[in-house]
Amino acid sequence: MTCCGGNIAADGAAGVSAAADFARAEELLHAGRERDDGTVEYVFSAPDIHCGACISSIERAIRPMHGIAYVRVNLSLRRVTVHLDPAATGPVEVAGALAALGFPARPVDLGDLDELERKRRDSELLKSLAVAGFASANIMLLSVSVWSGAEGATRDLFHLISALIAIPAVFYAGRVFFRSAWGALRNGRVNMDVPISLAISLATGMSLFEALTGGDKTYFEAATMLLFFLLIGRYLDQRMRERVRTAVVQLSRLSAKGANVLTDQGEMRYLPLDEIEPGMTVRVFAGDRLPVDGTVRSGLSDVDRSLVTGESLPVTAEKGTALEAGAMNLTGVLDIDVTNAADKSFLAEVQAMMEAAENGRGAYVRAADRAARLYAPFVHSLAAIAFVAWMVITGGDWHTSLYIAIALLIITCPCALGLAVPVVHVIGATRLFESGILMKDGAALERLAEANEAVFDKTGTLTTGTPTVTECAIERPGDISVARALAASSGHPASRALLTHLGNGAMARGSGIAEHPGLGVEGSFSGGRARLGRMAWVAGIAEKNGARDASGGLTFAVEGGPLLTITLGEHVRDGGAAAIGALQNAEIGTRIVSGDAAAQVARLADRLGVTEWHADQSPADKIARIEALRAQGRKVLFVGDGINDAPALAAGHVSMAPASGSDVGRTAADFVFTRDSLEAVTAARGIALRAQSLVRQNFALAFAYNVIAVPIAMAGMVTPLVAAIAMSASSIVVVLNSMRLTRGSPAPAANRPARRDRDGLAVGTGSMEAAE
Amino acid sequence: MTLLTVLIPIALFLGLLGLGAFIWSLNSGQYEDLDGAAARILEDDED
Repeated sequence: MTCCGGNIAADGAAGVSAAADFARAEELLHAGRERDDGTVEYVFSAPDIHCGACISSIERAIRPMHGIAYVRVNLSLRRVTVHLDPAATGPVEVAGALAALGFPARPVDLGDLDELERKRRDSELLKSLAVAGFASANIMLLSVSVWSGAEGATRDLFHLISALIAIPAVFYAGRVFFRSAWGALRNGRVNMDVPISLAISLATGMSLFEALTGGDKTYFEAATMLLFFLLIGRYLDQRMRERVRTAVVQLSRLSAKGANVLTDQGEMRYLPLDEIEPGMTVRVFAGDRLPVDGTVRSGLSDVDRSLVTGESLPVTAEKGTALEAGAMNLTGVLDIDVTNAADKSFLAEVQAMMEAAENGRGAYVRAADRAARLYAPFVHSLAAIAFVAWMVITGGDWHTSLYIAIALLIITCPCALGLAVPVVHVIGATRLFESGILMKDGAALERLAEANEAVFDKTGTLTTGTPTVTECAIERPGDISVARALAASSGHPASRALLTHLGNGAMARGSGIAEHPGLGVEGSFSGGRARLGRMAWVAGIAEKNGARDASGGLTFAVEGGPLLTITLGEHVRDGGAAAIGALQNAEIGTRIVSGDAAAQVARLADRLGVTEWHADQSPADKIARIEALRAQGRKVLFVGDGINDAPALAAGHVSMAPASGSDVGRTAADFVFTRDSLEAVTAARGIALRAQSLVRQNFALAFAYNVIAVPIAMAGMVTPLVAAIAMSASSIVVVLNSMRLTRGSPAPAANRPARRDRDGLAVGTGSMEAAE
Repeated sequence: MTLLTVLIPIALFLGLLGLGAFIWSLNSGQYEDLDGAAARILEDDED
């Protein structure tokens, strides 16, 4: 443990910070997208935009800038879109101007075409919804006149007009369902869209036949109304995912797309990540994460590997130290010999493990599709029975028999079932959102309700990842004011912890306070020189025969004085004990699996009352633990934050990550909680359990509906009017029942949003509201 | 009855007009920033 150099936020040698800015500028330049007219489009995420006045102040300030072709603020997403002439200005100037206005902004990566693609599909769903709504409203008008007694040529005309509206509408708006049903059938599976597609296409086909042959009943309005209702459910579901995705993107930092490579001539060049090869030397500045794996060639610094390995305390990096991609360089400048290309780095390895682990979860079948597996064969065989029975009764009238069989399929079309799950999930996601929890996917809510074993990572998950002082030998007021002055001049986590521990108060005036990377802080005070930092270094000025404690913690000494040790411990996340207690009361097994050393893990496990813990776990070990639990039939909820947790997050039956975690961890997790408290875990579980019981109730309601509808249909008493009323009534009942999830205890308000994650990136309510 | 030949096309035309207007507004990005639209209407633009 050391205390050390450059205040990350503020100073550092001017040349170094200029070079670091250069790297960030290069990164900015890579975030743009060229447009057809030669300008380049940049999108900045500025979470501080919150009102109409912000819009006008930003737009008025940016628009007159040289080289700006277009600027528009999006208040809903808290983004600023700028088109600029690359010859005249650059994104750095725009980011600078935004920051000067009080809106610190980060560029959003437009290379992320995936998002644009998703957006396109989203608006397609909305268009389908509009088309289905138009068709069903107009057909309903025509149908009402038929039901109220239109006859002869008028009725036939109305049927034909309905057919003209319905057929293109079904083809256009039904594509989503047909595509999904076809995909499932081709793989030999049945999902909810199979019976839906079948009912819609049979209803349309049969009605077309009736309309052309002058029959008296058509089901065009039923087919289009069904589509309309189901598309509402689909659209809400899609919007929920889009919203969460936006929120998660806002949390993630623009990851390093390149690195500063030192050439043989000693120059620094910025190269994209995929051009970096083993043998090159890369310079990493304080405050940056390592882009690739490597060993230190020169330089001295402290490196925070907590996101990489789960070690809670920073390690000293000096010549020869091997470091992994993703580790954060805290204090000094490091030159690193690249040992692995980016696609073979630790991070890439973790990603490969994640993908392998995710395959296991792919076997999960959503509740709706599980229901469809029972439902589809059931109604289809009922329809076949009805057909055969009516053939016998009517003595071979195939037209009547087929008509009744198809009417049965239409009225049992799982419209209510199709809505039963998405509506609950959407409302559940909204409730979670209010509690500061982002849900990636509706199925995650189902899996969370099933979890019966909770596995926690330690560093950054059960603890906040920032150290706190547990014991401090600095007692004399004079020493305290000197220590305070030294700690205040360093950005190292240990110094900040000491400063918090010592509290506000007098600060001794010193001169020549300097930070030595990898060693500590030194300064001259009235009582002589004083040092705060690594023991061996501090001992250099302490009294020669003082007690030497080998623990290697943070130490402080005034020249010639005794060596004073400070013991650092970890800060348990708020609500940690409460959450663990609640899980244990619910008879959910709890255990800790950490990459940190046994002593630290044991201490924390003891404090939280967790009896089962495993220390020194590699990412592969974590997966193995989860697989072992799965083999015993347990459904594992994994909560973790680091890069080393990402494979386990993907392997768990369901997983959660704090917003302060690594990008890769957040991507792998099903849920991301943005508030500090670990009670998010129990809050999410509570909502998941209520959602599960509502989904079951909805299935029961849909079943009850069928108990009534099927006999009527089999008796051949279904008319288009009965079908229209029955189907809309059952859908409305299911939606109303799902709305009950909005009631109940309000979200715990005590949890304050996490203000900053470890990168100093502002997260919390701002970015969440942004996605609303 | 002959009235129907006039009324039905009118009804369908109006319906299609509404549908067309919605799809046009969707494609021209009018739903991109609903909060911003609410705030912008209160701005008196001098420029």
